[in-house]
Amino acid sequence: MSTHSSGDDRQAQPMPTDMNARELVRWSWRQLTSMRTALVLLLLLALAAIPGSVIPQDDVDALAVGRWKDAHPDLAPIYAKLGLFSVYDSPWFSAIYILLMISLVGCILPRSAVYWRALRARPPRAPRNLSRLPEHASYTTDQGVDDVLAAAATELRRRRYRVEVREGAVSAEKGYLREAGNLLFHLSVLVVLVGFAVGGLFGFKAGVIVVVGNGWSNNPTQYDEFVPGSLFGADDLDGFSVEVDDFDITWLTDGPAKGQARKFVSHLDYTTADGDTGTYDLRVNHPLSIDDTEVFLIGHGYAPVVTIKDGNGDVAYSGPTIFLPTGPTFESFGVIKAPDARPGQVALEGTFYPTFALGDGAPRSVFGDAVNPLMSLFVYTGDLGLDEGGSQSVYVLDKSDATQLMKDDGQPLRLDMRPGDTVELPDGLGTVTFEGLQRWNKLQVSETPGKLVALAGVVLALVGLLGSLFIRPRRTWVRARAEGGATVVDVAALDRSNGGDPDRGAAELAAIMDTLRAGSGDAGSTTKEDS
Amino acid sequence: MTDASWETLSNQAVAAAGVVYFLALMAHLVQWASLRKLPADEEVSDGRTAMAGRLAVLLTAVAVLVHAVALAARGMAADPNRVPWGNMYEFTLSGTFVVALLYLVLLRRFDLEWMGPLVVAFVLSLMMVAVIWLYSPVAPLTEALYSPWLVIHVVSAVIATGAFTLGGICSVLYLLKERSTKERGYLARVPELKSLDRLSYRMHSFGFPVWTFAVLITGPIWAHQAWSSYWNWDPKEVWAFITWVVYAAYLHARATVGWKGRNAAYVALVGLATLWFNFIGINFFSTSSQHSYAAPAVVEPGPAAAVEASAQVPLPPVPGPPAPPSS
Ligand code: HEM
Repeated sequence: MSTHSSGDDRQAQPMPTDMNARELVRWSWRQLTSMRTALVLLLLLALAAIPGSVIPQDDVDALAVGRWKDAHPDLAPIYAKLGLFSVYDSPWFSAIYILLMISLVGCILPRSAVYWRALRARPPRAPRNLSRLPEHASYTTDQGVDDVLAAAATELRRRRYRVEVREGAVSAEKGYLREAGNLLFHLSVLVVLVGFAVGGLFGFKAGVIVVVGNGWSNNPTQYDEFVPGSLFGADDLDGFSVEVDDFDITWLTDGPAKGQARKFVSHLDYTTADGDTGTYDLRVNHPLSIDDTEVFLIGHGYAPVVTIKDGNGDVAYSGPTIFLPTGPTFESFGVIKAPDARPGQVALEGTFYPTFALGDGAPRSVFGDAVNPLMSLFVYTGDLGLDEGGSQSVYVLDKSDATQLMKDDGQPLRLDMRPGDTVELPDGLGTVTFEGLQRWNKLQVSETPGKLVALAGVVLALVGLLGSLFIRPRRTWVRARAEGGATVVDVAALDRSNGGDPDRGAAELAAIMDTLRAGSGDAGSTTKEDS
Repeated sequence: MTDASWETLSNQAVAAAGVVYFLALMAHLVQWASLRKLPADEEVSDGRTAMAGRLAVLLTAVAVLVHAVALAARGMAADPNRVPWGNMYEFTLSGTFVVALLYLVLLRRFDLEWMGPLVVAFVLSLMMVAVIWLYSPVAPLTEALYSPWLVIHVVSAVIATGAFTLGGICSVLYLLKERSTKERGYLARVPELKSLDRLSYRMHSFGFPVWTFAVLITGPIWAHQAWSSYWNWDPKEVWAFITWVVYAAYLHARATVGWKGRNAAYVALVGLATLWFNFIGINFFSTSSQHSYAAPAVVEPGPAAAVEASAQVPLPPVPGPPAPPSS
C-alpha cells in the first residue's frame, strides 16, 4: 500500500551503531523530519510559550518589566540573560520554531513529491483476496463478467472515484485532495511565518499624544515613541500630516456602567503625501488608513491650560500641559515647568481631578468627565535640571536640585485651583493662572507590511485543514469472476481517513452493492457477507 | 418590556434552567443506578430504566430551551441590545449553553446518551459557578466591544470550546475505561475504546478548524482594528496559541503510530486544560492582559512612566472569554 498520506511513512528510528558520516547525516535528517520529532517540537513550542504569559514582556508592557525588575533585583539579571523578558524573540524560543520549520520543510518536500506521483498514478491493483479487507461483500449473478465490471465502473465514477478496469477487476480511488489539503496547510504555516516576520522587520510602530486642535506629521522626530523594525528605513515613511480638529466623548451618567466613557470620536483633518486632503472620524475599531500607514485612537485625557507669570511680570510659560490619567476616573498626574522664570525657575507638580470630591477625607476624582475640575499642585523652585542640555521627560520633575515651597507652618504649599483662578506665589516668584481645560488624544501610528500575507496564509491554512480533516480518501475494488456458470462479484473497500465514520463507509459499500445487484436483475441467488 | 424586566426574566430563566438540569441529572442517576445492576451488554429499551433515560434527555432539552431564553433575555436587557457575551458571567452562560446544545444535536448521530450524565453535571456545575462567583448586572459593553467581530470571534471560540470539551470528556472516559476491568456499571457501558478514541478525534477535528478561525483569523483581525497590532503576545493570545499548538500536536499524535489512543488522549487533555486555564485561570495570573475589563492603565509617576503609559482607551476583552470586570 502506498503510504502517501499516512503519518507512519517517516518514523523515528533507533540509532544504528555503525554508521559513516554520510549515513549519520542521513539518519539525523530522518530523525528531524520524522513525525514524532514534529510532535515533540510542537509540544516543546507550547511549553516554551508559557513563560512569556507569566513574566512581563518588554514588547508588551515595558513598564511592568521595569516594576518587576525593581521588585526582584536578584533574579532580574538572570532572567534578562535567559531572555525571559522577551521570550518570543529569545534564542531558545527561536531555536524551537526554526527547528520545527526545518522539520516541516523536510517533511513536506518529500511528501509533495510522493503526492505528485500518486496524483498521476493509476488506482492500485485489486488485492488478491478481497474478502480479507475490512469492508467486504459479495454476491452471485448470472450477468456476464464484463457487464458487471462496466456497471461497477459507471457506478464508481458516479461516486466521483477515479476508476481503472484491468484484469477482471475495477480499481477505484477517491479523496486525492485530502493530501493536497494537508500539504497546503503545512505550507501555509510557512507563509504565515513569512508574513509575520516581514511585519516585524519592515514595519514601524509609533505613538504620539496630541492636544486637540494640534496635529503632527508622520516623521520620527514628531513621535513620542518610535519603534522601527530592524530593516525599516525612515525614507519609507508615508509623508502625511494629521490635525486633531475636535474630540467628542460621551460619559454614561447612570446604569451599571456609570462613569464609563462612550463613543469617543476624534475628528481628523489630514493631508497625504500627494497633497490630497480629507477628514475622518477616528473611533476605536475604526482606524484611519493613509497609504500604507494606519492611525488608531488608543487613549485620551486632559491638558489643563496654565499660565505662569514670573516675578518680573513676564509670561514664563503658557499653554496646555498633558496630564496622564492614573485611573478610570481620570484623576491625572502632571508636571508644569517654567525654566525661564526669573528671578527663580518655577515648576508645578500635582494632580488634576476632573470631578473633584472629598471621599473618606482624601481628595479624589469620582467621575471622568470634567464636572467639577480642580487642580492641586505643589510648587518647586531652584535648579530644575533643564540647563545641562540633557533630555528630560516632560512628565517627570527632577527634584534633586530643586526646593519645594513651604507654608509658614512647615506644610508644603499646595495650590488648589479651579479654572479661572489665579494664585500669587510667595517670595515674589510670580503668579499661576489656571486658564481652562483642553483634551488630548493618544494616537498610535503603525505600518504593518505583510499583514495581508499572514492573513492569506492563515486562510489558506484553514482551507487546507478542512480538506485534510474532512476529505475521506477511499479505495474500492470490484472483482467479477465466472464460477460454475454464474458470476461471483466481490466488492471491497479500504477507508484511508484518520477518523472516518465506519458507518458511512459501510453505508457506501451497501449502496454500491444495491445498485449493482439491482442492475443485474437477479437478486435471488446472492449471498451477502459483511464483516 | 423594560430592560429591567428583561434582566429579571433572564435571572429567573437561569435559575429555572439550573433546576431543570438538576432534574435531568437526577433522572440520569436513576437510570444509571439501575443499569449498574445489569450486565453491560444487556440492552434496556423499555421499563423504568429506559423511561428514566428518555426523561433525562427530555429534561435536558427543556433546560437548554430555558437556557436559551435566559441568554436572549440577557441580550435584550442591555441598552443598546446586544449579544449576551460581554463579560465572564455571560460568557460562561453562553459556553455551557453551547456544550449542552452540541450534545443534544449530536446525541442521535453518535449515540451519545451515555455522555448525558457527564455533560449535564458539567453544565450544571459551571452554571452554578457563574451564578455564585461571576454574576454581574447587565451593563453596556466597553467601546471596543462594539464590533461585528464580537459576534463572529466569540461565537466561533465558544463553539470550538464546546467541541473540545465534549472531545475531552471522551478522552477522559477513554483513559478511565482503559484501566477498568469491571464488567458492569458505567464504564463497562460506555462505547468501546476504539469508538471513544474515534469520537474524541471527530470532536477535536471539528473543534480545531473552528478554533483556528477564532484565534488565528478573527482574533487578529479584530485586534488589528482595535489595538493596531494583530498579534501582540498578550497573555490571552499566548494561551490561545498554546491551546492551538497542543491540539495540532494531538492531531499529529493520533496520526503517529504508537500514540493513537492513550497518548493522544493525554495530549487532548493537556489541550483542554490549557483551554479552560485560558478562560478562567489567566485572569488571575496576569495583570497585563488587554483582554480584561481592567480600567485605563494606571500610570505610575516615574521615569519609565513617560508616554507609553498614558491612559489607554479601555480595550476589548477578547478573544476567548473576557475577564471579569475589575470593579
Ligand atoms: C508548525 C508545525 C506544524 C503544525 C502546526 C502542524 C499541524 C498539523 C495538523 C493540524 C494536522 C492535522 C491534519 C490531519 O490530521 O490531516 C497535521 C497533519 C500532519 N502533519 Fe503536521 N504540523 C506541523 C508540522 C509538521 C511536520 C514538521 C511534519 C513532518 C514531520 C508534519 C507532518 C504531518 C503529517 C504527515 C500529517 C498527516 C497526518 C495524517 O495522516 O493524518 N507536520 N499537521
